[in-house]
Amino acid sequence: MANLKTVSKKSKAQSMGMHTEVLTGRTQQKFFNPDEAENFYYFGTYDVDFNKRTELDVKDMTAPEANKEIDNLMSQGYGTIVIKNPQGKHSLGVGILNKLNLIFEGSLGYFGMGSCDGPIVRINGRVGWSCAENLMAGKVVIEKNAGSCFGAAIRGGDLICKGSVGARTGIDMKGGTIIIGGDAGAFTGFMMQRGRIIILGDVGINLGDSMYDGTIFVGGEIGSYGSDAVDAELTSSDQDWLKRKLKVAEIGENFDVSKMKKIVAGKKLWNYDNLEPTEKKGAI
Amino acid sequence: MCGIAGLIHRGKSSNVGSELQGMLQALKHRGEDSTGYALYGDTDGKNFIMRFKVGENVGEGSSSIMEDVSVYDERKKVVDQTLAEMGAKVIKEERTLPYSLRYEIDYDVKDLLEFSQRIESIPGVEILSMGKSLEVIKDLGNAKMVCDRYSLDKVVGTHAIGHARMATESGVDIKSAHPFWGYPFSDVSVVHNGQLTNYWNNRRVLENKGMRFMSECDSELIAVYLAEKMRDGATLEEGMKASLTGLDGVFTYFVATKDSLGMAKDTMAAKPLVLYESDDLVAMGSEEIAIRSVLPQEIDTYDPFDGEVKVWQI
Repeated sequence: MANLKTVSKKSKAQSMGMHTEVLTGRTQQKFFNPDEAENFYYFGTYDVDFNKRTELDVKDMTAPEANKEIDNLMSQGYGTIVIKNPQGKHSLGVGILNKLNLIFEGSLGYFGMGSCDGPIVRINGRVGWSCAENLMAGKVVIEKNAGSCFGAAIRGGDLICKGSVGARTGIDMKGGTIIIGGDAGAFTGFMMQRGRIIILGDVGINLGDSMYDGTIFVGGEIGSYGSDAVDAELTSSDQDWLKRKLKVAEIGENFDVSKMKKIVAGKKLWNYDNLEPTEKKGAI
Repeated sequence: MCGIAGLIHRGKSSNVGSELQGMLQALKHRGEDSTGYALYGDTDGKNFIMRFKVGENVGEGSSSIMEDVSVYDERKKVVDQTLAEMGAKVIKEERTLPYSLRYEIDYDVKDLLEFSQRIESIPGVEILSMGKSLEVIKDLGNAKMVCDRYSLDKVVGTHAIGHARMATESGVDIKSAHPFWGYPFSDVSVVHNGQLTNYWNNRRVLENKGMRFMSECDSELIAVYLAEKMRDGATLEEGMKASLTGLDGVFTYFVATKDSLGMAKDTMAAKPLVLYESDDLVAMGSEEIAIRSVLPQEIDTYDPFDGEVKVWQI
């Protein structure tokens, strides 16, 4: 088994079955060179101070009003915002593109924290369908359960649900990590292309159906495998990574990761190269 | 898209009319072509309550053909005459709207099938519900509009299911609106969110077995499918479990009887459902905001998994 301290970076990643993940670093080097930072302007972002804290009661606000007020508070430099009484409203906290400590004291409806890039979010309740869809970076922690399409199409960041999630978790995900403390529904990892999903509980039917790449780790029972989803060897590197990830995620720290199942793409259904268009352009 | 909601109080009654109105109004963005309520009110259980219509709402957005009120009056007369011929005594009569009526009937009905067939053989007449507790009220518009029109906010009972409809598979009219009565079974109603793709195949089979369809709405199939299973001796839960394979398509549906409420979700889990369950209350809806309208405090909710069937008793 590979030793994380002695092997090269490339073989370390390959031994964990995550060889495609290395491309992420190359992409960042190519397009986010600090020397060229002045050439990039990220619209709608703010420099915030995490020590500057405020509360916002959204009970009598619509979702657009609440999101506009969050944006207004960030523009004033507030780096820690506590949202009171979200009461299952849809689309709260969407489109935050900078660092921010955001805490929801309650539950969110559909599309909560969608299209975000960078915030650290804690939701002390439940979330509806499509939570954190298209997340680019950051961390979103849900204390209770989540609906279907959890983490759909995420490209980066950590998405953690301490309870159970619905169907199609991580559908079309292209990076990042999704961690589920409870059970997951049918079609988990459907058409995922990169990234990792960790499920400590049971998972429903058609796990990893038509997945292109990426890795799924399951601690409980699997309802059934989807097309082209196959078992892979759980290496010691995988176990090290799982332990670290679960510890950082404050979830399942004492979970016996050695008994987890590892599922990857059989790569019989598709024929594509693993470069995204922008990466391909850079390589040429 | 459509939205569905339901709740059941266990061990007590509550203002279910007002509660369901709040839940369905919270879901109005999922469709407000029509809204329907199936309310299980507190009654003495002696008489049947028959909700029926003698015409359609031809208001704005309706796909129905306009008729004169005198046509409705004529149909009502024929219904009254037919009831008298069958020995049914109308104890109380309410005509909320020209086309919508509520009768309390004293009648020793042994076979609701024969009774219903006689009434519905009158052209333009449809029984919306028949039962000793159930009342189905459905009309065009959103939940508040229908609730106000029929004064449902004061209805007290144990459980209720409802539907906010965006018409996709059939017309904007009352006959295609949910809930559907589980004809010919007393006190059975169904609401559905989704699309059934083997509607016509199932319909042909069920019609050959003597079951009746009043609309071309695919959701009606669920009520008829379950009724046929129960007619053949299955329990409600057995019928619901059979529907997971017998019905093709995507669906989440609720079914209610005199003393129970159930939910079923298809094996692809393509349609949403959020559920709250405690010792004295079960509330569920297409979205959490529906539940929040009756339970604004922080609560634990969850999404039932694919292929799940659950039934609760009052």
